[in-house]
Amino acid sequence: MAKILMKGNEAIAEAAIRAGCEAYFGYPITPQSEVLEYMSRRMPELGRAFVQAESELAAINMVYGAACGGARVMTSTSSPGFSLMQEGISYIIASEVPAVVVNVMRGGPGLGNIQPSQADYFQMTKGGGHGDYFPIVLAPSTVQETVDLVILAFDLADKYRWVVEIIADGMIGQIMEPVELPPMKEPERPPRPWALTGAKGRPKNIITSLYLGAQNLERLNLRLQERLREIVANEVRYDTFMLDDAEIVLVAYGTAARICQTAITLARQEGIKVGLFRPITVFPFPYDELDKLADRVREFLVVELNAGQALEDVRLAIHDRKPIRFFGKLGGVVPLPEDILEEIKKLQ
Amino acid sequence: MSEEKLVFSRPKSLSDVPTHYCPGCFHGIVHRVIAEVLDELGIRERTVGIAPVGCSVLAYNYFECDFAEAAHGRAPAMATGLKRVRPDLIVFTYQGDGDLAAIGTNELIHAATRGEKITTIFINNAIYGMTGGQMAPTTLPGQVTTSTPYGRDVKLAGWPVRVCELVSTLTGAAYVVRRTAINPKEVRRLKQAIKTAFQVQMAGLGYSLVEVVSNCPTNWGMTPIESIKWVEENMLAYYPLGDYKVAEGVEELLKKK
Repeated sequence: MAKILMKGNEAIAEAAIRAGCEAYFGYPITPQSEVLEYMSRRMPELGRAFVQAESELAAINMVYGAACGGARVMTSTSSPGFSLMQEGISYIIASEVPAVVVNVMRGGPGLGNIQPSQADYFQMTKGGGHGDYFPIVLAPSTVQETVDLVILAFDLADKYRWVVEIIADGMIGQIMEPVELPPMKEPERPPRPWALTGAKGRPKNIITSLYLGAQNLERLNLRLQERLREIVANEVRYDTFMLDDAEIVLVAYGTAARICQTAITLARQEGIKVGLFRPITVFPFPYDELDKLADRVREFLVVELNAGQALEDVRLAIHDRKPIRFFGKLGGVVPLPEDILEEIKKLQ
Repeated sequence: MSEEKLVFSRPKSLSDVPTHYCPGCFHGIVHRVIAEVLDELGIRERTVGIAPVGCSVLAYNYFECDFAEAAHGRAPAMATGLKRVRPDLIVFTYQGDGDLAAIGTNELIHAATRGEKITTIFINNAIYGMTGGQMAPTTLPGQVTTSTPYGRDVKLAGWPVRVCELVSTLTGAAYVVRRTAINPKEVRRLKQAIKTAFQVQMAGLGYSLVEVVSNCPTNWGMTPIESIKWVEENMLAYYPLGDYKVAEGVEELLKKK
């Protein structure tokens, strides 16, 4: 299939459509508004549901409602809006219904700015809302990978009846790149006996996140934790670049990983043995894989567009057996490959 | 053999379980009336209810139709999402005053103004019942609650919200009426209104809302009979019963019957 040139945000939307997304609910916020705009045009064209909600709070609760109806459903937002969605995400997880949530991160805290950032890493990978849970979080670093991961997100959401989040950033959302789109998938509704479809010829279905009595709620939590263990066991994904003979390992995801790749190429030209370890799932985080890697390399350099968030996961992974340095840019500042090259050279 | 005719029974749409509601509370009456309407319209098997947060948080246990439990105030948004992906379903929200007129005002107003084809049954008893009797957005001026111990002072706490009057200004709302359940006559009128509200949804005419001016013997500190008297004397003065919006198509729908 021929490649076409697409903006990241539009690719997110088209990928969702091709994954059989039946309903999209969203609210405008830069730098993800093109997802909403694209959906507003394409979804009615295909006879699927689109609502521009009155807030991100409403949008995520519309997602919740549609998910209860057994539909493949998605919303997208950017950091401040993502904060508002935490309420709904917690309820959706507790209700064990599937949904896909895209966060095209911008600089924070507060209103921050609209530049690319990875400052929501903690919020996304460590739960986000109230209660004991972790969403599955997928971290694309190119527009093509965004397409692939949005499609995977729907499958994982269905498989585990879970919330799957895409951790993108303003760079991924706004950049244009050639992409290959998968063929269109018609929305299908595999049997979802739990869905609210009307109690015809069966006992009524109830979808709730209310479990009165400590033992009842404990049972739900144990079930959720059991599913999380399955997710951790089966869904870890990562990629590597020039890692075979590397003495120095850069750990980065998303846009930061991309810049690292260029920096590594530059460093290799100077004979520095450096490679990249790139988590694709940041939850579940590839702890074991990094742990193994720590046996055969000298040093780690974590690079993020934040003050050091995945850094903590890297520390957990390698138990401080090897030195770990950190290089981050804050407030939406994006480092140049040369900036990272300089950091690599400091480790020589 | 004697001719025996069944004249009264539990509606099929009402679950055969005891409710947790306090003695004298209108929730039980309103639940029953909704269940009777679902039976009479023959829509139990394609109806989904959305329960709120508040005293009726467990409403899903009391109806024999599919049910979801929303986050506090978000029932109209949840109903929107569900109805948009399953337009053949009949979707209703059941919400109290705190849920609908405080934390969920935004979701209510926008579902109504979009003309979502959903129905809201709104229980207004001027108090937060489940959390122990705090001031609600509909608490009357001067009314004593656990968070207005000196009576609701409008200078500090503002004025009660009149939901029907507010929602009736929205073009997307097709049917907006206020009823009560203080006596059998009013219960019959309430039932007719709830039936109409569901029919409005089935005909695709837009958003429908039935407010029920209700009581709370427990948190008002009254006997059930005193509480009914209080509804009559105080609540209905501030919240007059009536039809606040009956859109053109609705009139025709009613005439057809």
